[in-house]
Amino acid sequence: MIAFHKVYKNFGSLKVLKGIDLNIEKGQVVTLIGPSGSGKSTILRCMNLLEKPTSGEIIIDGQDITKPKVDIQAVRKNIGMVFQHFNLFPHKTVIDNMTYAPIKVNKISKEDARRKSLELLELVGLSEKADIYPGKLSGGQKQRIAIARALAMEPQIMLFDEPTSALDPEMVKEVLQVIQDLSHTGITLVLVTHEMGFAREVSDRICFIDDGQILEDASPDEFFSNPDTMRARAFLEKVL
Amino acid sequence: MKLDFSSVWQYWPFLYHGALLTLKITLICTLLGFILGVLLSLLKLTKCKPLVWIANFYTSIFRGTPLLVQLCIIHFGIPQLIGVTFTTTQSGILTFSLNSAAYVSEILRGGIVGVDKGQYEASMSLGVGYKDMMKDIIFPQAIRSILPGLVNEGISLLKESSILSYIGAVELLRAADQITVLTFRFFEPYLVIALIYYVMVMILTVFANRLERWLNRSDRVS
Repeated sequence: MIAFHKVYKNFGSLKVLKGIDLNIEKGQVVTLIGPSGSGKSTILRCMNLLEKPTSGEIIIDGQDITKPKVDIQAVRKNIGMVFQHFNLFPHKTVIDNMTYAPIKVNKISKEDARRKSLELLELVGLSEKADIYPGKLSGGQKQRIAIARALAMEPQIMLFDEPTSALDPEMVKEVLQVIQDLSHTGITLVLVTHEMGFAREVSDRICFIDDGQILEDASPDEFFSNPDTMRARAFLEKVL
Repeated sequence: MKLDFSSVWQYWPFLYHGALLTLKITLICTLLGFILGVLLSLLKLTKCKPLVWIANFYTSIFRGTPLLVQLCIIHFGIPQLIGVTFTTTQSGILTFSLNSAAYVSEILRGGIVGVDKGQYEASMSLGVGYKDMMKDIIFPQAIRSILPGLVNEGISLLKESSILSYIGAVELLRAADQITVLTFRFFEPYLVIALIYYVMVMILTVFANRLERWLNRSDRVS
């Protein structure tokens, strides 16, 4: 589903990714963890070309998306992304946030978009918020709407970039619950998170990233109970 | 010392026509300045470096020289150079529109650049194209921070149109000048036009506040 081959990314003279090789199968739940600045968010952002790799190949569904002729919009509409700071459109109501891209990009009818969005709102437990503006929602509610907005495009892949890092502690759980529910739906999920307990519970695989490289790629039990590298051990000691 | 407004009232048609010209020039120049300013700001937001340089150079010229000097060059200078003459109103409209465009383009650019980069990323991640993103997501948010700047620009156009009296256009200030010549009263005519300017600015401000409230309706807690 997603394959990285020798992906490098430089920001000016700063080398952020140093040869990433990664294979994610359809329906898998993969969590990228590692210290801040290690490049895990950049890996995620390369998957929908919010960052363009300096070199290397990224194959999504059999297509190398780093090639210049690729229709980036067509790639992106199949890949939902959830951001640390939600990034809801503040001038649109909740329902308009959700139906905008399905109508504009997927060209589905207003009625269908609305019906589908209302279903998703129910799924994230916020049916009653359809017609209000994001400014009146709590952080946890905003993030659940942001997830629902991404799902409204019916993506095959969902990317989560530290979805709970900007939330008050009491709101983390409601968002994680929604992500956990998604993990059983067959959508491929790639997460960047600092919630170690959650990562262990929900992931099929953990990738430990440090200094722009994948140092470990293992099942959660293996990784958390018996990491291979010193770097991973030192990291886990600090965060657990 | 006593005030005598009767001499001013006697010549009120002067003021009336002066105020009309002031308003007319302000409205036309606000509109033309806005249209030109939008085009300039689009140039500034392209990735094509030479276009950005041209737009920035244009802006720096009009911001870096006095408006009155620009007016003199256009009204007295250019006709000598190319042989066409402008009426005072034409020169005024030309100068103020070109000048206003420079300021408006900066206001617009600042507003658009000021929209959180997460809004671009969210739009892009949903597969929304550049044009739709700018039209439906970025610009509607930018307009809230742009609007106060545009209103200020409109207000300064209104007030600075008074320098057109320098080239002989009979706008509000010039109309007052004429009354002073006819009546030998200085304080009253100038006080009256100050009041007229003030009222016009206030009307503009109230209107702008309404518009702003309407634009910010999504922030209101119901």
